[in-house]
Amino acid sequence: MTQFIQDRESQIVTKGKSNFDLIGGKPSIAGSVSQRACVFCGSRVVLYPIADAVHLVHGPIGCASYTWDIRGAMSSGPELHRNSFSTDLREKHIVFGGEKKLYEALIELIDKHQPKAAFVYSTCIVGVIGDDVQSVCRQVEKLKNIPVIPVMAEGFQGTKKDGYKIACDAMATLVGTDNSKKISPVSINILGDFNLAGELWILAGYYKKIGIEILASITGDGRVNDIQNAHRAALNVVQCSGSMLHLAKTMKEQYGIPFMKVSYFGIEDMSDALYEVAKFFGKEELMDNARDLVKDELKTLLPALEPYRKALQGKKAAIYVGGAFKAISLVKALRLIGVQTVIAGTQTGNTEDYKLLKTICDDGCILVDDSNPVELSEFVKQTGADLFIGGVKERPIAYKLGIGFCDHNHERKLALAGYEGMLNFAKEVYETVCSPVWRFAL
Amino acid sequence: MNTTKESILKEAASSCNACKQCAPLGACIAFKGIEGALPMLHGSQGCATYIRRYLISHFRETMDIASSNFSEETTIFGGNKNFNTGIDNIISQYHPKVIAIASTCLAETIGEDVQRLIYEYQATHTVETGHDPSLPEMVFASTPSYQGTHYEGFHEAVFATVKALAKKKTTSNPFSLHQLNLFCNLISPEDIRHLKEIVADFSIKAMIFPDYSDTLDGTSWDSYQRIPEGGTSIEAIENSLWAVSSLELGTILNTLTQSAGEYLQDTFGVKNFRTGLPIGIRETDKFIEILRSFSSPPVGDLGGFPEKYQKQRGRLVDLYFDGHKYVSMKRAVIYGEEDLVVGLAAFAAEIGIIPVLCATGGESGKLEETLKEALGDLYSDEIAVGQGMTFEAMEETIRNRDLHPDLFIGNSKGYYLARKLDIPIVRAGFPIHDRIGAQHNRLLGYEGTTMLFEQIVNTLLEEKQRKSSIGYKYM
Repeated sequence: MTQFIQDRESQIVTKGKSNFDLIGGKPSIAGSVSQRACVFCGSRVVLYPIADAVHLVHGPIGCASYTWDIRGAMSSGPELHRNSFSTDLREKHIVFGGEKKLYEALIELIDKHQPKAAFVYSTCIVGVIGDDVQSVCRQVEKLKNIPVIPVMAEGFQGTKKDGYKIACDAMATLVGTDNSKKISPVSINILGDFNLAGELWILAGYYKKIGIEILASITGDGRVNDIQNAHRAALNVVQCSGSMLHLAKTMKEQYGIPFMKVSYFGIEDMSDALYEVAKFFGKEELMDNARDLVKDELKTLLPALEPYRKALQGKKAAIYVGGAFKAISLVKALRLIGVQTVIAGTQTGNTEDYKLLKTICDDGCILVDDSNPVELSEFVKQTGADLFIGGVKERPIAYKLGIGFCDHNHERKLALAGYEGMLNFAKEVYETVCSPVWRFAL
Repeated sequence: MNTTKESILKEAASSCNACKQCAPLGACIAFKGIEGALPMLHGSQGCATYIRRYLISHFRETMDIASSNFSEETTIFGGNKNFNTGIDNIISQYHPKVIAIASTCLAETIGEDVQRLIYEYQATHTVETGHDPSLPEMVFASTPSYQGTHYEGFHEAVFATVKALAKKKTTSNPFSLHQLNLFCNLISPEDIRHLKEIVADFSIKAMIFPDYSDTLDGTSWDSYQRIPEGGTSIEAIENSLWAVSSLELGTILNTLTQSAGEYLQDTFGVKNFRTGLPIGIRETDKFIEILRSFSSPPVGDLGGFPEKYQKQRGRLVDLYFDGHKYVSMKRAVIYGEEDLVVGLAAFAAEIGIIPVLCATGGESGKLEETLKEALGDLYSDEIAVGQGMTFEAMEETIRNRDLHPDLFIGNSKGYYLARKLDIPIVRAGFPIHDRIGAQHNRLLGYEGTTMLFEQIVNTLLEEKQRKSSIGYKYM
């Protein structure tokens, strides 16, 4: 026990008690029950919503099976991304190689579905058995005349975050390969929204009202051709910076496109995002529109939130999510409805993120990097949290201990972004925290 | 119609929407049925995380599965160090009685010899008298995901656990002897509880393995249980070699290596019986008949057929008569693990449903003959049988053969296709990700069949009401 705890010491901080900074980005310890996933997972979730591409997982069946329709990423058109394609490698391929199988699978899928591009994900064993995925991709690309992009995301190569970077690099090969799309001078790319429960469409509505056009959404409701044209936008607006900042930086280097980091969760961050983007274009008209929009939205939203705030005043929340930017927004959004954050942790936050997170949290809040069920449940007991915000893997921790839970992960079915998302969020928190069932908790 | 598997499945290079998961997942479910066990996957982190998430969505329980967390360095130089650190950390954090290890495709491909790693770990952790008695038992199942499916992984773990723990007969017959090893297969926690009730009612002292009826369907907690209570005890598994007989539910099981029952029979002479999953009257009758033969002296009336089960059977027959017209000649697509498909198809056939397509992601090569055997005179050439099937292949088969199904019976992954075809789905088996209560999904025995029959009839009635312009109030 002692060794394990010592190894984790630098990854747990209590604000107001510990005076060192939380270290993020350390690899998980062997034997731990980490809530983190692998490199492949990181790449797969980021690229997943590109709806008119074939996403082929090269490997044995598991990796494809567990990621079938895993995200509630909605598409306004094609839904090719909701299929789970795999080369389903067997023992004979492990012995003799899987290149032929990959080649045939790609040809078969491209002929059948006529996608605009194909992404080929290599899983753990592909490199080990010596398949030259890149060469197969090149061959098929030539033959079929669509981009066939290798995503070298072998699971063991690092953490989910490394997978994000690999996905960004894969998309960077698409950016700048087409100039055919008609675009407005006031156009942005949205990076890092995945259109869960139609959230992108909420944001698109706001931007449209202000007078700003979205050129490419990367990757929510994503289309290959939009990404190919993305280098022509005036600005990259990056949410979920952990996953997409790398692409924004690459595009800045290659095409000189500036970027800004935003968040769409909670009133403050949502409004800041709209103001900042409007300000970027330097047109008074856009700024006025943004102000009008925010004013209109708040006029109805604030009174609507009031009953929830009253009911929730003084409740305590635990947050354990993928990235730190989301955690920061959640702390603020919770505060708005009277809920204090007592635990804030992430799977992939870095040291800088945690510094920022620490500044906005209240004293006594436990900050934790790469946690596990045992720790999280201990923190919940220690702090007396009434609510847990996380993903499916955290859900049973909350329910077993008899406290409320909100899903803030890929699988959510409720839009939480924007002003209407804030209302949904307040309602969801209320529904779970104020349910009468907790009177039966032990 | 030619119904051989070859005719259904033209060899596709790619798989679209698989009707199977990988072997380590099945192993983890089985390992959850050992008391005091913590599963560890030897491989990269994602495997454990994906499998945990997948299982949590089904069982809605905590699912602590450790990983040895391979890095690039591990992949090149071997997993020795990660293995040892992993075991150390599991012991210090979880204090398990058993560490149940399953390999992943990565570990197997780089040639990890996990059995050797276990020996080495034990050899370096000794006390004066030899093995450190405080060390947990270690069980290892080889489950690369390029071999078999989650179903084979499950049975490989059952076999590996028995092989590791039921080592050799000691000098004397232990006091806690049980007479029957009941290997219950991949079934719901509620069905496991029902099996326990049945064997108890037949006065049979049995070990049921793997028993995850508590670990994967527990109560609410006051504080976090690192390893939830419940599971088959190590002692019972150790003593499985002393039992008079083993009974395995399911007749296909693991065709890649050996089953636990076969192992105990070959090595220790424990007589092994197999019968299909007891779904429907005929398959449950067979199961009950075997239990009666074990139960000595016979309990209850009618030579060991307790009245409780006579009544249950009688009520089920009555229900069949009441409901037969609602299901008669309805066409069902049945899919899932092979033995489940056989059990569901045998049941469907005896109530007058035509199982127009029986599909599995497994590839034992035994599905068709097993179906023929189980369905007997109710088997017909109209039944299309497909192994190695994906949901895409099922869709093609349904369309190409004009199967016009009225309903799906199987796991929730068929929902996508059922929705496309606009037909209802009765959820059974694993996984059920889009409904609550998968842990309580009952299929087995007369009672389980009663619930399944009612669910099927009511699903069809609901469909009829929903599509009717009148909306009848009496059905």
